[in-house]
Amino acid sequence: MNSADSSPAGLAPAHRALSLWRLRPFVQPYLGHLTLMTTAALLATLAGAVLPLVTRQVIDGPIRHHDRGAVIPLGLLALGFGLVEAVLVFLRRWTMSASALRLESDLRQALYRHLQRMPISFHDHWQSGQVVARTISDLSQIRRFIGFGLIFMVVNSATFVIVGTMLIITDPPLGLLVLACSAPLAWIMYRFETGYRSRSRRVQEKQGDLATLVEESSGGMRTIKAFGRRDLVQDRFHDQATRLRDLELGKVRLLAMIWAIVESQPQLLLAAIMLAGSYPVVHGTITLGTLVAFVALFLLLVWPIESMGWLLATAQEASTATDRVFEVLDAEPAIVDRPHPMPLVRSTGLLRFHNVGFTYPGAARPVLHGINLTIEPGETLALVGSTGAGKTSLAMLVPRLYDVTSGRITLDRHDIRDIRLTDLRRQVGMAFEEPTLFSASVRENLTFGLAGATDDQVAEALEVAQAGFVHELPWGLATRVGEQGLTLSGGQRQRLALARAVLGRPPLVVLDDPLSALDVHTEARVERALRAVLAGTTGLVVAHRASTVLLADRVALLVDGTIAAVGSHHDLLAGDPVYRNLLSAEAELGAAS
Amino acid sequence: MTTPRPSAPAPAGTSAGPSGPGGTPVTAGWRGVAAEQLDDVPGRVGLLLRARSRALLRQLLRPYRRQLWLAVVLVLAQNVTSLAGPLLVGVGIDRAVPALVRHDAVPLLLVVAAMAVSALLDGVLRQQFLVRVGTIGQDVLLELRRRMFAHFQRLSLAFHETYTSGRVISRLTSDLDSLHELLEAGLDGLITALLSVVTIGAILLWLDLPLAAVTLLSLPPLLWLSRWFRRESTSAYRWTREAVALVIVQLVETLGGLRAVQAFRREQRNDELFAELNTNYRRANERAWRLIALFVPAVKLLGNLTTAVVLVYGAYRVMDGAIPLGVLAAFLLYLRRFFEPLQDLSMFYNSYQSATAALEKLSGVLQEVPAVPEPVTATPLREPCGAVQLSNVSFCYRDGTVVLPGLDLTVPAGQTLALVGATGAGKSTVARLLARFYDPQHGSVRIDGVDLRELSDADLRRAVVVVTQENFLFAGTIADNIGFGRPDAPRAAIERAARAIGADEFIRALPDGYDTDVRRRGARLSAGQRQLVAFARAFLADPAVLILDEATSSLDVPSERLVQRALRTVLASRTAVIIAHRLSTVEIADRVLVLEDGRRYCSAGPGGSRSCTRHGGTHSDRPVRRPAGSLAGVPRRHPTPEPLQVNAVRVVLIGTVAWFLAFGVLVALLLVRGPAAEAGHRSWLWTSLAGWTLGLLGIFMAARARHRG
Repeated sequence: MNSADSSPAGLAPAHRALSLWRLRPFVQPYLGHLTLMTTAALLATLAGAVLPLVTRQVIDGPIRHHDRGAVIPLGLLALGFGLVEAVLVFLRRWTMSASALRLESDLRQALYRHLQRMPISFHDHWQSGQVVARTISDLSQIRRFIGFGLIFMVVNSATFVIVGTMLIITDPPLGLLVLACSAPLAWIMYRFETGYRSRSRRVQEKQGDLATLVEESSGGMRTIKAFGRRDLVQDRFHDQATRLRDLELGKVRLLAMIWAIVESQPQLLLAAIMLAGSYPVVHGTITLGTLVAFVALFLLLVWPIESMGWLLATAQEASTATDRVFEVLDAEPAIVDRPHPMPLVRSTGLLRFHNVGFTYPGAARPVLHGINLTIEPGETLALVGSTGAGKTSLAMLVPRLYDVTSGRITLDRHDIRDIRLTDLRRQVGMAFEEPTLFSASVRENLTFGLAGATDDQVAEALEVAQAGFVHELPWGLATRVGEQGLTLSGGQRQRLALARAVLGRPPLVVLDDPLSALDVHTEARVERALRAVLAGTTGLVVAHRASTVLLADRVALLVDGTIAAVGSHHDLLAGDPVYRNLLSAEAELGAAS
Repeated sequence: MTTPRPSAPAPAGTSAGPSGPGGTPVTAGWRGVAAEQLDDVPGRVGLLLRARSRALLRQLLRPYRRQLWLAVVLVLAQNVTSLAGPLLVGVGIDRAVPALVRHDAVPLLLVVAAMAVSALLDGVLRQQFLVRVGTIGQDVLLELRRRMFAHFQRLSLAFHETYTSGRVISRLTSDLDSLHELLEAGLDGLITALLSVVTIGAILLWLDLPLAAVTLLSLPPLLWLSRWFRRESTSAYRWTREAVALVIVQLVETLGGLRAVQAFRREQRNDELFAELNTNYRRANERAWRLIALFVPAVKLLGNLTTAVVLVYGAYRVMDGAIPLGVLAAFLLYLRRFFEPLQDLSMFYNSYQSATAALEKLSGVLQEVPAVPEPVTATPLREPCGAVQLSNVSFCYRDGTVVLPGLDLTVPAGQTLALVGATGAGKSTVARLLARFYDPQHGSVRIDGVDLRELSDADLRRAVVVVTQENFLFAGTIADNIGFGRPDAPRAAIERAARAIGADEFIRALPDGYDTDVRRRGARLSAGQRQLVAFARAFLADPAVLILDEATSSLDVPSERLVQRALRTVLASRTAVIIAHRLSTVEIADRVLVLEDGRRYCSAGPGGSRSCTRHGGTHSDRPVRRPAGSLAGVPRRHPTPEPLQVNAVRVVLIGTVAWFLAFGVLVALLLVRGPAAEAGHRSWLWTSLAGWTLGLLGIFMAARARHRG
């Protein structure tokens, strides 16, 4: 969870401002909105500031001179400005709901788009939960800053200057007193805020740890129950939860401190104003109305002063969030078309590996090396090898989910890296060891790579995969499966994934142990149907069982990342002891017992 | 297209599978049709909690009763001090300034001192109140977290199969987090603010009745506004929650299944689908925000309107000599504080709403009664031999599908029995009954003649261990994971277990051997390797009865052979039930039993004895069936948590004193301000000022003393 948490919080302010500056292209379309919002906010603040002035006028004018008639116009003035203020607040908030949220969703869309196009190797080291947390919470932090923080940083600075000037004009010594007190206050608030936020981050991390523990205890429920380890898991959870509580208490104490300051600080200043302001009134330097107005104006300043610390902290957080977002957006998709890619409509299915080697990014040793293989059009090759021999890695090189690190793979005698990526992947139907279904209808899941598939094609694919059970689902092909839908058994999921791979009869089929979760009867039925499909296409099948191997015309034995032998099942069984060891367990055990 | 639709009330949120074909479809199109989401709390939860949530809350808060009262005292005192400010300004203008004109500085100094003291007291009381309430909140949250977690652990597997792990996770994470958020969003601050609205209302009434009447005129439209906002935002926030959930699912699934996405060139289509969901989420947010954009300025407008009216009317009253100028000033200052908290309400409502919904769901789970409870008085099982006996055991799913119509089965101690048959024949049900994941509806399952229902969990788990296809690895090292079988096992025993099962070789080849973190990048184990670790774990546990439920199906042939070789020795000394659909797995069994379509089973022993029996019941290849879950029942009793160690008496004392002092000052000031402000009353002021100072001193000293203690 915190593997990549080199939080740039410690960077210089200049850099922080710079990282926010990078949001420019996303903010650009909403500049007009932002200007409008800032203007509205500023005007609203000013309109709010008029009220104390009117109050002063009422006290010093009509009340002093008992001029009843003069009250009404002043009252109307107050009313008018009150109305204007409300309308301006409405304008700002309404505009914000249009622009800031749009900006956020633009960013989210861009991020999603980018993440989808990053190579698998990129995702291998980002845990998906981290990425999701990023898109949701980081983006809302950015939105909060652009839609609120930034505007009020401008507005509050302006308010401070304007109201401050008004205070100084109203009474220079008093005004200077108030202004002198505010800078340190803003600074104190900022310190408290940053302290509070760093604690909040620690709390969030702890919450993440706790969530991991919860996921684990829920996923491993069966194991926990099977071994009766309830107490062990519970103790772990209690321990972590208590630590979370302790961190929270730290936050509570700090927050209470902030509130104490927020609460007492303006009152103390008010007392000072009272003390310092009464003497001038007595000496006639200022009027009583001025004093009242001064107090009211001062109250207008309380929020800008106090919020400045908070706003600065928001800005800091937003820039950290921006950094993290751009960390993802800046990563270049590594598997892309070369310049002038070759189009490919339908391949003949001649697949060749020329001295192929592959090393996972960051790994020390290659998984595959010196692979030379030819699969003729229409031929099916089974890939056999012990766990960790590199079978799956080899299979994933074909649709370029990873790129070879040495040698090359050719399809119809063209290097697959020269073929347009979408065209290449269209040639390959693939089923993975772990069948992935999405929270969508069965049909959507089946036509995953062939959106325009006809009903006949779907029916054929279902037939091949022996996935007729889908018709018995509550809503048939329209039934939602996956995380948010109906739960299917492992065998059912695998059959759907298989149907997806063979849908539309692609010229090249790559199946990674496609029958492992099926029971014997279903397996036999699927094999029969699959044999018919494989007869017409080139196939690469990763196999663990003799029964699956029998689908293939030839078998390649993979040992320690390279091809050790190629031949028919029977030849290998007879002549290769390693192969015999891998696939003839039944025979040997039978003989032994 | 995914428009929010209020869902029909779910049956009190208790456990139930998806409503099945009969349920109302929620969305159609590419997402497909699914039964309604059960977790949606019926729309009409409203402001008030339902009885069971209230009961839970009461129960959780009971240990903190005294501290809550203390908090109430503190917040009342704080309220008084915080409201003294404007009043003192008024007093200053009306009394102190005229006195100053007469060259009497004492009233001014007194007022200023009172303001300073009340400001400090205000801060201290506020801080104390927040710390106290915050501590209570966090403690209650911790208790609830623990309770939820423990309860989920106690609930039967049958419950978990219907409830699904996703829902368990969201109960324990997002729901508890939304309660946490409520505390974070400043529940305490809001309480203070609302309290001050009431107090201010009272002060306004006392200051000047006619002016207050004008102010109170704004109340009816204010109430109407709040009601409108509450109603509208309930559906708006529901929509946002649904929308964000869809966005997250799409993200998680895309990233989780990225290989498939890229291999099938799904990016374009996904972009479109995501754009749709993203827009939906944005619209939902927009709606919620626009409600706020209407509500906040409307309240502001009402406030401004009232202020303008008060200004005009108040000016007349001052001119008429009905009220002094200071009262008008104080009145205007109070008005600001009167309307501001009401605006904050809108920000708060979302967290309040999701928190109440979360509490509903949590209290619903806590009402679940564990379906497979431990006996009150357990029969001890000291040295189990492992003789297993199922007599006339019948088991059917909740929908009535009979899986076992009445099975009799005896496995003598030390025998290895293989159960074979097609999917759905009831093999796994037998395994689950033996491990007491479920209880049979009729008949009994016994080990060494003791019914499993009479065994303590500890004894049962020591005697029976089941290894399933689901080879779950916990975060931590390989050694930790094997050690899960026997937490007190030394490293040597762990390695011995791994060697015996044939896992030693691959473990040593890992980057850090036995200390390799299984969740670390680059250390991802294959399904077969994980299974070997799970075997070693079971072997380390050393049970009298070992059940292997399809445990070898994900192994490749060499690993399976290794395991089977190991099993020959491992199983020699204990009872074992092996469930498999591959014949290779059952080679090592002493006896093979074929369960077929739940109708009949054939038994083939080593002696060649063979018996076939007929039974009723049907079977077909169907989507995963959900076995009988637990039904709602009486609320469970929970142990009362330990109360916090706080020197409550002293704090209550100080708080009360402080409050009385504060109140005393207020009364004194009121008297000063009154028409008969003579010298006699000034002594009042002095006395209470001294009292305040003393109170402050007392609080500081108490705080320091506690710090040291």
